[in-house]
Amino acid sequence: MSAVIEMKGISKSFPGIRANDNINLKIEQGEIHVLLGENGAGKSTLMNILYGLYQPDEGQILIKGKPVKIVNPNVAISHGIGMVHQHFMLIPPFTVTENIILGKEPHKGTTLDIQKAISDVEEISKKYELRVDPRVIVRDISVGMQQRVEILKTLYRGAEILILDEPTAVLTPQEIDELCIIMRSLVYQGKSIILITHKLKEVMSMSDKVTIIRRGKVIDTLNTKDTNIDELAEKMVGRKVSLTVEKKEAKVLSPILEIKGLKVLDNRKLEAVKGIDLQVHGGEILGIAGVDGNGQSELVQAITGLSKAEAGEVFLNGKDITNLPPREIIAGGVGHIPEDRHKRGLVLAYTLAENSILGSHYLKKFRKGMGLSYQNIREYCRKLISEYDIRTPNEKVIAKSLSGGNQQKLIVAREIDRDPSLCIASQPTRGLDVGAIEFVHKKLIELRDEGKAVLLVSLELDEVMDLSDRIAVMYDGKIVGILDAKDATEKKLGIMMAGGSAQDAV
Amino acid sequence: MESRINEFREGLLNTLKEIAYPLVAILISVIAGGILVYSFGKDPVLAYTSMIKGSLGDWNKFGETLVTVTPLILTGLSITFAFKCNLFNIGVEGQFIMGAIAAVWAGWAFAGLPAILHLTLTLLVGAAAGGIWASIIGWLQAKVGSHVVINGIMMNYIAMYTSNFLVRTALNVSGKAYSVEIADTAKLWRFSQAFVQFKHSRLHTGIIIALIVALVAYYILNKTVRGYEIRAVGFNPDAAEYGGINVSKNIILSMLVAGMFAGLAGAIMTTGVQYRVNTLFGFTGYGLDGISVALVGNIHPIGVILSAFLFGVMQKGGPLMQIQGIPKEVVGIIQGIIILFVAANFVKVIMGNIKQRKELKKTALQEGVE
Repeated sequence: MSAVIEMKGISKSFPGIRANDNINLKIEQGEIHVLLGENGAGKSTLMNILYGLYQPDEGQILIKGKPVKIVNPNVAISHGIGMVHQHFMLIPPFTVTENIILGKEPHKGTTLDIQKAISDVEEISKKYELRVDPRVIVRDISVGMQQRVEILKTLYRGAEILILDEPTAVLTPQEIDELCIIMRSLVYQGKSIILITHKLKEVMSMSDKVTIIRRGKVIDTLNTKDTNIDELAEKMVGRKVSLTVEKKEAKVLSPILEIKGLKVLDNRKLEAVKGIDLQVHGGEILGIAGVDGNGQSELVQAITGLSKAEAGEVFLNGKDITNLPPREIIAGGVGHIPEDRHKRGLVLAYTLAENSILGSHYLKKFRKGMGLSYQNIREYCRKLISEYDIRTPNEKVIAKSLSGGNQQKLIVAREIDRDPSLCIASQPTRGLDVGAIEFVHKKLIELRDEGKAVLLVSLELDEVMDLSDRIAVMYDGKIVGILDAKDATEKKLGIMMAGGSAQDAV
Repeated sequence: MESRINEFREGLLNTLKEIAYPLVAILISVIAGGILVYSFGKDPVLAYTSMIKGSLGDWNKFGETLVTVTPLILTGLSITFAFKCNLFNIGVEGQFIMGAIAAVWAGWAFAGLPAILHLTLTLLVGAAAGGIWASIIGWLQAKVGSHVVINGIMMNYIAMYTSNFLVRTALNVSGKAYSVEIADTAKLWRFSQAFVQFKHSRLHTGIIIALIVALVAYYILNKTVRGYEIRAVGFNPDAAEYGGINVSKNIILSMLVAGMFAGLAGAIMTTGVQYRVNTLFGFTGYGLDGISVALVGNIHPIGVILSAFLFGVMQKGGPLMQIQGIPKEVVGIIQGIIILFVAANFVKVIMGNIKQRKELKKTALQEGVE
């Protein structure tokens, strides 16, 4: 086997940060090579250098033994490097074919030869067993399908080396399995794959080799079959981490959140929550399991006042909070870690200090007469930064400059520090690394042990099963059953998530 | 105390950084304008010296320049304020017109009040008229979802014809194409009354009001809860809503305040310069120039002051340039170039490119050494 890519002594600094420090990486022909590291470890920087988005301060890149200078992505593509970004770069109203050929359109004279384009796409999709319908519109296909389109895009441009940036973050368990098969088939046909991830299970099941990066440095390169999850976790984080959640027996108190007959419409005005009754008690974590799009988001939005409830009632500590404005619901004692931290959770252009008071910014403690007391706000934020171990130069940088894990820590800090009686955690660890997941889980369990109610909504079944005391399964806008966490098995939950009842599962 | 000083210094540095790019853009535009003048076969140095002489040559000219600068500051602030809520207040022109005509009415109808009271009332009525005019646009955006820009443009025409209608009817001087004149008690104090240097200029205390309003705008936007909410809505309405901020309310409020600034600009033109309103055959331009002023001022209240001054100098310096045989349209062209440069952020892009090329050169050199 020969090295298709060799990166030698790559260093790259940004103001205040040495993102890559003398990194050596060797990718062999026909292997799946994982770059493993926490958020902000420097994986993405390294790949952006390989793809020509950044220029290294030092170091050299060799492709098939020849030194090359990759000054922009076009050069990278011409060397057979293709990248599938975590956030897809697709044009939703275009068809699959139109998206794939974009920038390299086949033409007859001055007109676009769409027939040839379609047959080209069909051909490569057959060759690599990436089945997609070239005529459908991208907006109408699932996320898993969209990812295939992204992969096809790189293959259409003749990619030999594929960089996949966190490809599983947006996929369902079934889609992850399918991706795994696709990658194997690609490698079988001679392609090489670089996989960026921080999910240890995937490293074990998907890769041939793994390079661990921590704080900009290569820690080790291992053959996957010679290692195990615990070793990888320790190398990635730099200390021993507990991958299992430890918690005491729940001391269940009286109900804090009560939902009666709740119905909610989604933004297409269709009923997304179709009559839900639910109680969450103090001192327990109630997990909601379910496949994405079964009404979980709408349920959370209705409780927090971000969407209107069509029918039904929501009580918090016995007080009716149905359809109150969000500010009153927050003030009533609801903390909310939203599912999308960029859309809802943060004002990315605001500083950490400004973000740390979002939702309680009008309170007296942050004010000085008519104006805001920036001194108090900064002091408060500094307190959160130290208590919740948020990695940042200071509280005056904008939220956008932080890594995802630290952004999430800031949100968790803000929502928990408000001392809510109910905390709603929606996908609280989406896209986070092991260290940050451990941290968020610990904080949620602390809340529960303080006698607070925690409503956990997660698409990751493992997370729901590890954290919850009771598990409610949502399917098609309804709760199909509530299980005690002790009785829940993956199989039982799986059947209920597909709409079956708990009895079917036995 | 020490930290306070550091904080202040930091704030000042940040402000300077923010206006650095527009400053470079202006410099480049001035050079480009010079080349243009040269290509006409005229002397660019003469062009610029006469522009400066025409606008700042003596106290009276300086005064007249400030008379132009005053409404530009306020309309620039109007654009800036709405822009912080991510709203493009193109309706600033209509709000300016409504402020001017409302001030005529108040200045005329309440004749007999003591001077201070009458003047204050007149200015407030003008600001209120602009504010109401703008909040209709804001309300339509927030509650009905129809776009601020479209409604703003429509409301501009409605304002112009409303003003003309009033000039012809309720506020008419029979047989004339202009309105009644406001009472002396509603007029702004002129510098020429006390300073002989300003004898032949109409410079009035409106400039001081405009400067104070700029500071107030800065304070509201950056130091108050309201400003925090308005900017949050501007950056990310979803996150704002999540944080318990009423998005609709803040859209309407920021339009209201923006409209008040524009209305005040109109009222100051009435009470400080015109004392009445003429029949309009087109837009006054003060509102629309405010858009350029805000853009060049980098959507920052303090930047707006500087950029309004620049625009004032160019507009007032034009006529003397013409006397020297240089077409006054050059002024318009230079203004256009400045706006192009600022809007396209050319300077930033070019500087980025230079930096990148340097890095490439460095790596190339290093590899050569190896």
